[in-house]
Parts: sequence; C-alpha cells; structure tokens
Amino acid sequence: MATQASRFAGRLMISPAVILLLGWMIVPLGMTLYFSLLRYNLLQPGTESYTGLTNYRYFLTDPAFFTAMRNTLALVGGVLVITVIGGTLLALLLDQPIWGQGIVRVMVIAPFFVMPTVSALVWKNMFMNPVNGLFAHAAKALGLAPFDFLAHAPLASITLIVAWQWLPFATLILLTALQSLDRDQIEAAEMDGAGPLSRFGYIVVPHLSRAVTVVILIQTIFLLSTFAEILVTTNGGPGTASTTLTYLVYAQSLLQFDVGGGAAGGIVAVVLANIVAIFLMRMIGKNLES
Amino acid sequence: MARTASPRRKALVTAVAWAIGFAIFFPILWTILTSFKSEGDAIASPPKFLFFDWTLENYQTVQERSNYLRHFWNSVVISFGSTLCALGIAIPAAWAMAFVPGKWTKDILMWMLSTKMMPAVGVLVPIYLIFRDTGLLDTRTGLVIVLTLMNLPIVVWMLYTYFKEIPGEILEAARMDGAGLRAEILYVLTPMAIPGIASTLLLNVILAWNEAFWTLNLTAAKAAPLTAFIASYSSPEGLFYAKLSAASTMAIAPILILGWFSQKQLVRGLTFGAVK
Repeated sequence: MATQASRFAGRLMISPAVILLLGWMIVPLGMTLYFSLLRYNLLQPGTESYTGLTNYRYFLTDPAFFTAMRNTLALVGGVLVITVIGGTLLALLLDQPIWGQGIVRVMVIAPFFVMPTVSALVWKNMFMNPVNGLFAHAAKALGLAPFDFLAHAPLASITLIVAWQWLPFATLILLTALQSLDRDQIEAAEMDGAGPLSRFGYIVVPHLSRAVTVVILIQTIFLLSTFAEILVTTNGGPGTASTTLTYLVYAQSLLQFDVGGGAAGGIVAVVLANIVAIFLMRMIGKNLES
Repeated sequence: MARTASPRRKALVTAVAWAIGFAIFFPILWTILTSFKSEGDAIASPPKFLFFDWTLENYQTVQERSNYLRHFWNSVVISFGSTLCALGIAIPAAWAMAFVPGKWTKDILMWMLSTKMMPAVGVLVPIYLIFRDTGLLDTRTGLVIVLTLMNLPIVVWMLYTYFKEIPGEILEAARMDGAGLRAEILYVLTPMAIPGIASTLLLNVILAWNEAFWTLNLTAAKAAPLTAFIASYSSPEGLFYAKLSAASTMAIAPILILGWFSQKQLVRGLTFGAVK
C-alpha cells in the first residue's frame, strides 16, 4: 500500500532518531570499553597506557566489588519482594468497591512522583534521624531507645526508602492488569462452587503473572541504577555497607578519578543489566507480535 | 469479589484502604506540614501535627538564601527542553513506523528500547570527560542533550503505541480525497495524534524533572536543577527541617499535580505497552 515515495519519506523520518541513538549508544560505550583497557587516572594526566585486562582483574577481585554485588542483589531483591507483594495486596484492595477510591488511589500513587533526592532527604532527616526523626519520637514515646537506622542498618533503610518510591508503580500496573480481568469468568467459577481462595489461585494469579513479570523486569532495570538515594543518605557507607555496583563505579571514577577502573566496572554493570534486559525484551517483543 | 458488597464490608474495606493510603502518603503530607512550621516547631518533641504557628517564612528564606527560583527555572528548562527535543525527533520516527511500516520496523523499535536498558554508569566516564572537554559540564544545554537521548526510546515507543491506534482507513479516505502527504499529516493525523502527544509530553516531563543520576553528576552550582539543589541540603543534622521541607514541597508540588493527570498514561508509558 505504501508507495515508493512514502517509503523513502518514512526512512528519512526515522533516521534522525536512529542515528542519534546509535551515536548515544556506540560512542560512549566504545569509549568506556577503550578506557577499561587503559591505566588512566585523571590525577595523573598524560600517563595513560594500555594494560589489557588488568582493570577488570583488579575490579573483579576487589573485596568492595563482592560487597557491592551482594548489596546490589539485596537492594534489588528486597525492593522487588516488598513492592510485588505489597503491590499485589494493595491492588486487590483498591479493586474492591470503596468510598473515595479516587482519593485513596492518588495518595497511594503520589510517592512515585517525588524526586529521589527529596524522598531520600525527607526519610533520612525527618523519619530516620535518631534524634529528631519521627521514628525516634515514636520509640521514645514507647519507652524504647531510638535506633540509628542509617548507621546500623543502612542498606535495609535505603531498601525501605526505594521500596516506598516504587510501591506505587507496582500497585498501579497490577491494578491495571486486575481491572482487565474478565468478570464473567469469576462469576462462572463462583457459580460452579469455587471458593474465594481457589478463585484467586486459579484465575487471578495466572492473570496477574504476566503483569508481575513486567513489574519485576522493569523495576530491576531501574533499581540497578539506584544512585541518588545512596548518595544523599549514606554515601555508600558506613565503610562499604551500602555501596552498590552503580555507586562503586561512581566512586571509582569520579571520586578516586580512576577512569580505567571505573570504566571496567561500568562494563560489568552493562553486562549484568543486559542479562535482565534480554528477558524483558523477549516479553515485550512477544507482545508486539500479537 | 461480588460487585454488590454488603455496606458493612464496604465500610471495612474503605477504612483499611484509607488507612493504608494515608500511611503511604504520610511522608509527603508531613513534609508539606513541616514546611509551614518554625524550625523550633519542626523538631519539637513530641511532634506537632496541626497545632503550631503556621508561617510562610521558610519559603521566603529558601528563596533569599539560595536563589531557589533559578534552580526551579533550571528544572523547567531542562525537563521541558529535553522533552520538546525528544518529541521533535520522535514524532516523525514514530509516525513513519506506525503508518509506513517496513521490514525492519519491529527490529528498530526493539533495538531502540534496548538502548534504554543500558545502565547509566556504563557511560558515566566518557560522558563526563566529553562534557568536561567541550565545556558542557554544568550547563543546561548539556543536560538537555543527555536527557533527550536518554528518554528518546520511551518517547518513540509511547508515540508509536498511540499512533498505532489511529485507524488506517482514515488515512486511505484522506488519500482518496486527494490529500497529499503534507495535508494528511497536518489536517488528518495531527488532530487525532494530539492527545497521545500530550500524554507523552506529560510523562516525559515528569521523568526528566525527577531524573537524579545525570543531573547530580553533570552539574555543580550554575545549572543545577532542583534534584541537585535539594541534594545540597544534606546538611548538618536537624537544624533545617523546616527549610528543607519548604524547598522539597516547592520541588515536588508541580510534579504531584502533573502526575495526577498522568496516572493512566504512566502504566502504558513505562511498560512499553506490555500492560494495558
């Protein structure tokens, strides 16, 4: 149906986007790859030299790398568990007939729109601060000793903050999926004598599984890049107790000016993110076919 | 899950839902309340919830001491600038892919999406060095460029899913009536595409406004948008709660309002059409 001319016009219209994204992907990624093979420190300009895989060997055997990997997995895993379980429960709740549903919905979704630096600072100072935070006040009111969240449980505290930000996203997507559920099917099951539990297990859960997968994959992509929350609350500390892979690469390259080491870490992060991305892409691709 | 719930059950569910919703919203509410307190009331023990001397002085102080409006304006320029640039590049591309699909359209779409999966730290070092060498560090132009490219895949995808829904018959009818390509775009497609473009704009402004990796790493004092400015409040313990709250409230208020309008588009935009 498309004519030769319109096909040409079509290509012309797509090309700026393609060329720009190609440049955005290939140029910096190529440079990162190149830097990762160099001994290159910004504090010693002009001393760059080729060192092969030394940076990788150094980065991958650094104890901080293992801590960072563990912290990354704990952070991403923790946030995923909280948001998927909490999101499912909230979505089921909001799917019920309630008074003022619109207002409740807005209240639940709101945290998603708060910029990461604000939510990190608000939680850090106004809630988790051991002297003036609300949690400390609450502990004192109950006769308990206030707990210094960010000093003694830094990673768990950051997980909580990030989970608060992402819970709305999971809820909203699961709620959307829930609302597209075929009501007739449930009524039919009800008539056939299926109890609430088996209706949930055999109809709702399978229907939601696809949405849950999407939530997990997309959140993982974003959560792997969690940065501002760590920078603002703990700076990766104490020690490396809350340093994730993203934060480690940042610290290596922009705080220690070790461009080569940072670049190697960056490539490691890209590889890890790609493993997740492959699964996500496959799912989205399938959807595009149908 | 019967739709005709008994009133008692409905009341119970309503109470639970409101309690949970309020708990989730509470940190935001608390920030807004604190922004109207004096610094003394802000750290009072036991905390004062509603009964304190309401004051606007924090808002005034924040503006006077730090030139708040400049950072606010930086945020506006960066988020709207990058969104408009991305739309300018993405609209023709998405239009072409939706209406003149070729053999490679799906592959191109998937490839574009894959660029979004690249973690930012993977390219932090080169972008930082390129920016340093070209004088783009700490400039709004630099951030507009980075955020345009970063969000371009999402913008193309969102527009594509919206354009896809415009029925092709309308185009054929217009062509039969002798409309040329130009007329087709201007008088037939544009009016139908405007709602989709508007939602895409909205969601992308929100994403760009809240972006906190590049804005923190590529700006210092001059071009810092609100994300970076607020981060500088990571100051000595407990002394500036009220001012921190005032700065935070002003930073999140516009987006909370925009976000309220974009609830529905959010799902679609962020799942790339995988959940509708």
